[in-house]
Amino acid sequence: MNTREPGVAGKNEERLLAKIIVVTSGKGGVGKTTSSAAIGTGLALRGFKTAIIDFDVGLRNLDLIMGCERRVVYDFVNVINKEATLNQALIKDKRTPNLFILPASQTRDKDALSQEGVQAVLNELSRDFDYIVCDSPAGIEKGAQMALYYADIAVVVTNPEVSSVRDSDRILGILQSKTRRVEAGEEPVQEHLLLTRYNPSRVQAGEMLSVQDVEDILAIPLLGVIPESEAVLKASNQGMPVILEKETEAGQAYSDAVARLLGEEVEHRFLEVQKKGFFKRLLGGK
Amino acid sequence: MNQLSFQLKGSVVTAIVLELYRYSRADFSAELEAKVRQAPMFFHQTPVVISLEKLEANAPSIDFTDLIALCRDFGLRPMAFKGAPAGLGEELQATGLVLIPAGQGGRATVPETAPAPVPAVAPEPEVVVRTVVEEKLVHRPSKIITRPIRSGQQVYAEGSDLIVMAAVSEGAEILADGHIHVYGPLRGRALAGVRGDAQARIFCQSLEAELVSVAGNFKLSDSLRELAWKAPAQVYLLDDTLHVGAL
Repeated sequence: MNTREPGVAGKNEERLLAKIIVVTSGKGGVGKTTSSAAIGTGLALRGFKTAIIDFDVGLRNLDLIMGCERRVVYDFVNVINKEATLNQALIKDKRTPNLFILPASQTRDKDALSQEGVQAVLNELSRDFDYIVCDSPAGIEKGAQMALYYADIAVVVTNPEVSSVRDSDRILGILQSKTRRVEAGEEPVQEHLLLTRYNPSRVQAGEMLSVQDVEDILAIPLLGVIPESEAVLKASNQGMPVILEKETEAGQAYSDAVARLLGEEVEHRFLEVQKKGFFKRLLGGK
Repeated sequence: MNQLSFQLKGSVVTAIVLELYRYSRADFSAELEAKVRQAPMFFHQTPVVISLEKLEANAPSIDFTDLIALCRDFGLRPMAFKGAPAGLGEELQATGLVLIPAGQGGRATVPETAPAPVPAVAPEPEVVVRTVVEEKLVHRPSKIITRPIRSGQQVYAEGSDLIVMAAVSEGAEILADGHIHVYGPLRGRALAGVRGDAQARIFCQSLEAELVSVAGNFKLSDSLRELAWKAPAQVYLLDDTLHVGAL
């Protein structure tokens, strides 16, 4: 746990200093939490002080994926209700320096989040963090709207299938109308497309939408394409952000995505079917 | 020379003219109450000129002090009598109000100088309202949208054309009282002439719509696929039939 003094919640007008990234999708099960964990860890690996907040009150998952579930004492809702200070609730990641996790409450529901409470927490965090990653719950209701309201950047996680694409389209509409930036008349939220569970051979077989198809429908810049991989599931089960598995394609793809998020030009990888050589097949190179 | 404590200036004041035809306390009170109830704020603290020009010649004598008191009860502020018949002069003067001769500062000049929405004649406010509505029927600018219209969003151009410079996603809905122009792919629902304008048309760069409609006549995507699918097209109404033609 870091040692700084707990700050006082800022005023409404206070300009947020940290960049707030919301990882959202509309549809459930597309990889929001996996992506939040990976992007947050990736930013911290590059030296940015980063906090990941789990907004999925009642369906807490982020702590499992980050492997810190046994260290949760206080949570986001406790901080909002002033039952605990932010420093008591923030969990410092054991593997990655500069990385902190603010878990959601498992025993409450989304109504426990209040706009003022969320703003107070974000204001306090933004004072000495560089990035705040908000892991949004599925859906378009209160929890999801709360997670994206204060965002500067949105990472829209989409699977290459029609229902996920349509839900992402819906959430993009909400990003255009129900955010602090829109209401304050500022620059709109930066939108990025993160395509997950991409399987080039199934695209070739016509079973999945291609990158081109999804880009065509959503018309927002492509942040990255994460190939479908067993490594993601394995890493989740071990409580390890997949970006730390540097030899896996998914881990590398997330690293590329973080680089692009920071403005670097990195070519997209893993979009084509790779012909596996005999040895590669024998060794199960994934 | 700014030592003067006042200056006299000529001015035109807008007032309501109450034209009295006949007077019985009960009828007058009831009728006035009904008028005031229609627009209480309009009659609140309003200066009133009581015109006696149209007063029936053989009307029984009137208690003018009582009439003024009655007007005040309803929020009106009588300030003058106008066109008093001969013989009533002294009686009216006793009420303390000003006497204005007939045909002066009356209807002939007030409607010209007064702003349009203020009726110069209280009993016919409807006429004035109609004039205001006519002014609003003038050309309305088209609504222009430059960002994509996403699934679940609805955009309505009321009383005008709608121009969309980006994509209209599946699950989005765009409506206009006039024409609709879409310069990105049209994948959602587009309804032109929603208030019944059969002349309205839909123009688009790439027709991939779920539904198109002009003045309530619609076609679904299945029938559009055979006509001008993913091509520049226009949709219009001819003899009550919806036509889809390539552009």
